[in-house]
Amino acid sequence: MSASVLFDSPGPRTRTRHRLYSVAAAVLLLLGAAWVARGLNDHGQFAYAKWEPFVTPSYVQALLVDGLLKTLEMAVLAIAGAVILGAALGLGKLSEHRWIRWPSAAVVEFFRATPVLLLMIFIWYRLGINEDSSGFLAVVFALTLYNGSVLAEVLRAGINAVPKGQSEAAYAIGMRKSQVMSVVVVPQAVKIMFPAIIAQCIVALKDTALGTAVLAPGLMYVGKAIYNEQHNQVPTVLVVAFLYVTVNLLLLWLATWAQKKYVGEKKLVVPMVGAADTGSAV
Amino acid sequence: MHLMKTKAVLAACGLALSMAACGNAGGGGTGKDLAGKDVSCGDFTGRVAEICKAGKVTIGVKFDQPGLGFKSATADEPAGFDVEVAKILAADLGIDSKDVKWVETISDNREPFLEAGKVDLVLASYSITPERRKVVGQAGPYMVTGQQLLVPADSTVKDISDLKGKEVCSVTGSTSIDKINEKGAKGVGFESYSECVQKVLDGTVEAMSTDGTILAGFAAQNEGQLKVVGDPFSEERIGVGYSKKAPEMCTFITDSLKKAFDDGTWAKAFEDTLGPSGVKTPDAPMLDACQS
Amino acid sequence: MDFLTNGHNAYLESFFYTLMLFLVSGVLSLVLGTILVACRVGPVAVLRVAGGWYVTIVRSTPLVVVFALFQFAAPMLGIRFGWVQIHIGTVDFTSFFAVAVVALTLYTSTFVCEALRSGINSVPLGQAEAARAIGLTFGGTMSQVILPQAFRASVPPLASVLIALIKNTSVAYIFGVGEAVAQMRIMTNNYASERVPIFLTFAAGYIVIVFVVSFFANHLEKHWRTA
Repeated sequence: MSASVLFDSPGPRTRTRHRLYSVAAAVLLLLGAAWVARGLNDHGQFAYAKWEPFVTPSYVQALLVDGLLKTLEMAVLAIAGAVILGAALGLGKLSEHRWIRWPSAAVVEFFRATPVLLLMIFIWYRLGINEDSSGFLAVVFALTLYNGSVLAEVLRAGINAVPKGQSEAAYAIGMRKSQVMSVVVVPQAVKIMFPAIIAQCIVALKDTALGTAVLAPGLMYVGKAIYNEQHNQVPTVLVVAFLYVTVNLLLLWLATWAQKKYVGEKKLVVPMVGAADTGSAV
Repeated sequence: MHLMKTKAVLAACGLALSMAACGNAGGGGTGKDLAGKDVSCGDFTGRVAEICKAGKVTIGVKFDQPGLGFKSATADEPAGFDVEVAKILAADLGIDSKDVKWVETISDNREPFLEAGKVDLVLASYSITPERRKVVGQAGPYMVTGQQLLVPADSTVKDISDLKGKEVCSVTGSTSIDKINEKGAKGVGFESYSECVQKVLDGTVEAMSTDGTILAGFAAQNEGQLKVVGDPFSEERIGVGYSKKAPEMCTFITDSLKKAFDDGTWAKAFEDTLGPSGVKTPDAPMLDACQS
Repeated sequence: MDFLTNGHNAYLESFFYTLMLFLVSGVLSLVLGTILVACRVGPVAVLRVAGGWYVTIVRSTPLVVVFALFQFAAPMLGIRFGWVQIHIGTVDFTSFFAVAVVALTLYTSTFVCEALRSGINSVPLGQAEAARAIGLTFGGTMSQVILPQAFRASVPPLASVLIALIKNTSVAYIFGVGEAVAQMRIMTNNYASERVPIFLTFAAGYIVIVFVVSFFANHLEKHWRTA
């Protein structure tokens, strides 16, 4: 429902009233912004020295190479792993054999209900926390397990979203279950799932920031090193946030585009317990 | 039209790059390289000899403690007093400091670090305590300091007894936080002391507490805003951690430290790293004897 | 299992803290999220745009970053929460708790807003038209007709948001809050040989809370679906 259905198209008096509200709201918002800006300015947060690292090549390089690039690497590896794990668990949950279905379901529920941070810390200890890249791997493994479990549910929802007549028709012409799945159902389901997978990429990318707790590299880690040295907490966190938001908005735009191109209006219904697109962990 | 857009983007990038070239925020000093001494590995036994022959050593230090162990986002190697002492030890094994592999440790994971046996030494403002000695080996101390308080310059707090029931910031898993709780204040744990400094500066907590040498560094960095107060209410003996599986490490570390105390390299390391923040070089501490 | 015989009180206290974080920031997120959604679908253009920007930007920012930004910037604006001094038994709720609650609320409310918006979108068009036809204003249409139905349709997505919030409270650990994960880390240090059981015990704590919330949500949804 578009917002305009919720109220009559306003007449002249209402329009004046709305304009008044708009002005009042704008004034309030600007006052709020000014208050924040003044507070930060009083504490010298806009001084050039606080921002200088972000126009200094060595720091920019640290942010982009040791920060952003590592963050993206972790997210990409985690999502690749999650897609594979999700496919395995999702198909497992749809299996006709109880001894495959139940363990798959248990694994999915366990990892969807456990905080990613807790998983990360645990895996980190398990890996032997002094290995060079153990922080990196802990983040990748934890996010693979969590997102894989979420994607398993997405896969199941995607397969259920393919009209039943399709598989019935396939069975009718004599296909076996494996054929029905691989030739008819899964290709269509994947198309429906595509936007949800991209949305999950955003979740994974945001969750990589939790890696600071296990000394994993990434944007937030580099940010911390910068503000510990330069004492410019607010500017640094703002720059880090800007980089995360930029990448995520690109992904969001990609997800919207994919939704329009491949799916149309249809929405996937993923059942509860940390569902796919609802801000699951960070 | 498309081409125009591309050009505009390129121009914007060029602008960003030229801007990038104009900033020159200072990176933290990396410290000097220390060449490995001429040693014959046959003089050592067990794990020490192995490390000596391999010509490589892995050492855990802090990356976020200015003056002791700190790694700038732009530097390749950490710097600080702990790091310098580690370099002295490495040199006595015949290892150049550029062949040392530095690994970041945080307070609450130094023991698992050593237990797993993949880090040979830990020099991370690591207080010697009987509890820790049950799990890992600790040689030294190479520095003795006491726990004090860091408060805002205009604070009326004189010592820890003024802070009964109040929140005092320190680092999770450190001895300092246990001491704070023992003294009736409430320890709030963060992952690094720098974060605590920020909490004192912005007034979230009234004080932070840890070793005096660490606090002095922060007070110097924030002159006029922060001050160190109170008599030391504990004695922290900062030592070198090693794995219990390699007790022969202890003799080597103790001998090496003894030499460094005597020939002035220890004092030099102190002056170079903690000196600039106004900490006076103390007398060299008494070394513990190695138990076998 | 030494950690349980010696530390079951610490365990329960840490989960009590987690639960309080969840409940307080959950309620506040629902309130702020409702205000946000009213801005987003309302007739005032400035609020619509501002609400949209807020939701889009905050949703795209990692919670750790939201947390860091708030705890660094708030004291500069004079927000210190020094007045928060609540002590229940040996558990203290102080400024650190308040900062965590605000950060979690700022973040979670954007997801609440989107969940409610999807609920509003699911209310058939004719409902709003009929409401307007009988002369209800925007406020009347929303409060009498749309929102009651939207809330029901929003139960599943809202439950997912709240479940995510339960797990997100763990992020507070990074910022000095003594909740369950912080306690877990203390225990994994003190009882190094029992790391696996410690991990499973703490995971179980979260799973119980998640399943209780999820059970209520399912129940509520079924109840309303048949009503």
